Amino acid sequence: MTRKQKKSLFRIIAGLVLLAAALFAPLEGYWSLLLFVPAYLIAGGDVVWNAVRGILRGQLFDENFLMTIATTGAFFVGEYEEAVAVMLFFQVGELFQNIAVSRSRRSIADLMDIRPDSANLLRDGELVEVSPEEVETGDLILVKAGERIPLDGIVESGSSMADTSALTGESVPRSLTPGSEALSGCVNLNGVLEIRVTKPASESTVSRILDLVENASSRKAKVENFITRFARVYTPCVVIAAAVLAVLPPLILRQPFSDWIYRALSFLVISCPCALVISVPLSFFGGIGGASKKGILFKGSSALETLGNAGIVVFDKTGTLTKGVFEVQKICPQGISEPALLETCALAESYSDHPISHSLKAAYGSEPDRSRVTDYTEEAGYGISATVDGKTVCCGSRKLMAKLGLTPPEVAEPGTVIHAAADGVYLGYILIADQVKEDAAEAIAKLKALGVRKTVMLTGDTAAAGKPVAAKLGLDEAYTDLLPDGKVAKVEDLLKQKTGKERLIFVGDGINDAPVLALADAGAAMGALGSDAAIEAADVVLMDDKPGKLPTAVSIARRTMAIVRQNIVFALAVKGLILLLGAMGIANMWAAVFADVGVAVIAILNAMRTYRLK
Amino acid sequence: MKKVFKMEDLDCANCAAKMEAAILKIDGVAAANVSFMSQKLTIEADDSRFDDIMKEVVRVCKKVEPDCTILLK
Repeated sequence: MTRKQKKSLFRIIAGLVLLAAALFAPLEGYWSLLLFVPAYLIAGGDVVWNAVRGILRGQLFDENFLMTIATTGAFFVGEYEEAVAVMLFFQVGELFQNIAVSRSRRSIADLMDIRPDSANLLRDGELVEVSPEEVETGDLILVKAGERIPLDGIVESGSSMADTSALTGESVPRSLTPGSEALSGCVNLNGVLEIRVTKPASESTVSRILDLVENASSRKAKVENFITRFARVYTPCVVIAAAVLAVLPPLILRQPFSDWIYRALSFLVISCPCALVISVPLSFFGGIGGASKKGILFKGSSALETLGNAGIVVFDKTGTLTKGVFEVQKICPQGISEPALLETCALAESYSDHPISHSLKAAYGSEPDRSRVTDYTEEAGYGISATVDGKTVCCGSRKLMAKLGLTPPEVAEPGTVIHAAADGVYLGYILIADQVKEDAAEAIAKLKALGVRKTVMLTGDTAAAGKPVAAKLGLDEAYTDLLPDGKVAKVEDLLKQKTGKERLIFVGDGINDAPVLALADAGAAMGALGSDAAIEAADVVLMDDKPGKLPTAVSIARRTMAIVRQNIVFALAVKGLILLLGAMGIANMWAAVFADVGVAVIAILNAMRTYRLK
Repeated sequence: MKKVFKMEDLDCANCAAKMEAAILKIDGVAAANVSFMSQKLTIEADDSRFDDIMKEVVRVCKKVEPDCTILLK
């Protein structure tokens, strides 16, 4: 508890003791005020003081003012104990509210405490500890084991594993070796690293992420704006209703004023919109904070709202559903073993710089021994001929095989096929294709389970390469052979197919798809770690390249929206009910205070659930 | 020019909303956001009159909640 909170707690206890004394003291009539008034002033003196200051500054209708009017009013109609007790109850509620808010604010702040305060700068061979802002690009910093990397840079020497979970929510560490990119916010797990800084502190990955999350509150959701507008009209309306209630019924029904004034006073207590005004942004803040812990950044509550209503999800293929890296998928030898076929091809292609040869070499594992290869020739569209271990090896397309008079089998699977022959004898083929990401199919199944009506894949690839991938992953529709402007047209079409509150989400890797990201109701950029363009263009940023993050993001958005709705409905229903009962004279001022602070505390506690969402 | 200021003792969410509304009415303010959660004021205003505008901002905020201070660095 802060000092302010402790002071408030002390005053509540003192007020309570005095109130008890007043209730049991043998004082009659006005004499009992001798104890009730001090009890009231100790419990709510600051409220009254703030109300007076408020009036002097022309601020009517704030919480303090309303509570003061309500409780002093209660004194005048002779309800002394109620006046004091209600003020006490109000203070207890305020204290709870204060503690709940500061606690949730702190736990969200802890979530984001990933920016290191210092960097070990290597200057003229000496190690100096400085703040990250003082380090300039081109400087060399040292990161010891267990420390967080303070600035973005390139590893100069040393090798280690880095824990990226703070940025991506991913627990598998990344390996860092000389030449690899080190991102700020990651934790260096074992070795000592020397890093050449490439970006100033203000532009480092960790700063950008924190800025994004902290500024998220400025892009407000519709519900949030609605609540702000509602709060502005709600209070004056209830106050006017209270005034009417105090005057009209007694005049019309010829009943005593005191009873109706009491009812009007309880109206004033309910008229503060605090429960709504606090709990709605708090829920969004919690949802955004909790998501960022999982490597999902929402750029504002509006993005959360949109994602919660996801009805159509459109994926880009390459780099989003597939790895965008060509890998050996299948080795089909004829007459020799699989490793032998792979070795022959890797050797034959060892001098080539074509992406295909890189994938072959990657699959082979080690660097091929080039001394075994002579007479190397490459012909575009056909392939490679070379002498390997004294044999004439040909590796390449069907056309190359046809030239040799061979008829290799037809291969139905998508991808690029490399046929091989040695001394005119067919050896088999190797299939190279872009690999589907491990969790892509699961991600799409989960989206369906979450009620996404339609999943669509867009790709610039041919139908032969694209359609089988879409079928394998269980996508509803796939559109192939699309140029970038074709993708825009397709998304425009799909936008027209939305029904009701449905929203269209586009998921891409942020490369070449900025126009589509902007066109969609919400654009999600994937694999954004280190890519500034993607962070700029998207509404939702998935820090790593796993499509599985998308269903997580959608379900966090759904749950957050559900909690927001619960809070709004709950607060309005309780307030409405108590207003009604209060007008009929059934609910007393106690119930009214509950409808104000009690509801606020419950709504805050409910809102705090958002950052613990799975 | 866009600037972010820390706020201290911003105790009520409704006040934050009122401050935001009041700041937006100041002449020369292009955009403003008072975040109750992060206790921060983000303001975008005319470069040439920025300091004068900030004085006005402090004044209107004091009017809403006298205990709250904006830390002008």
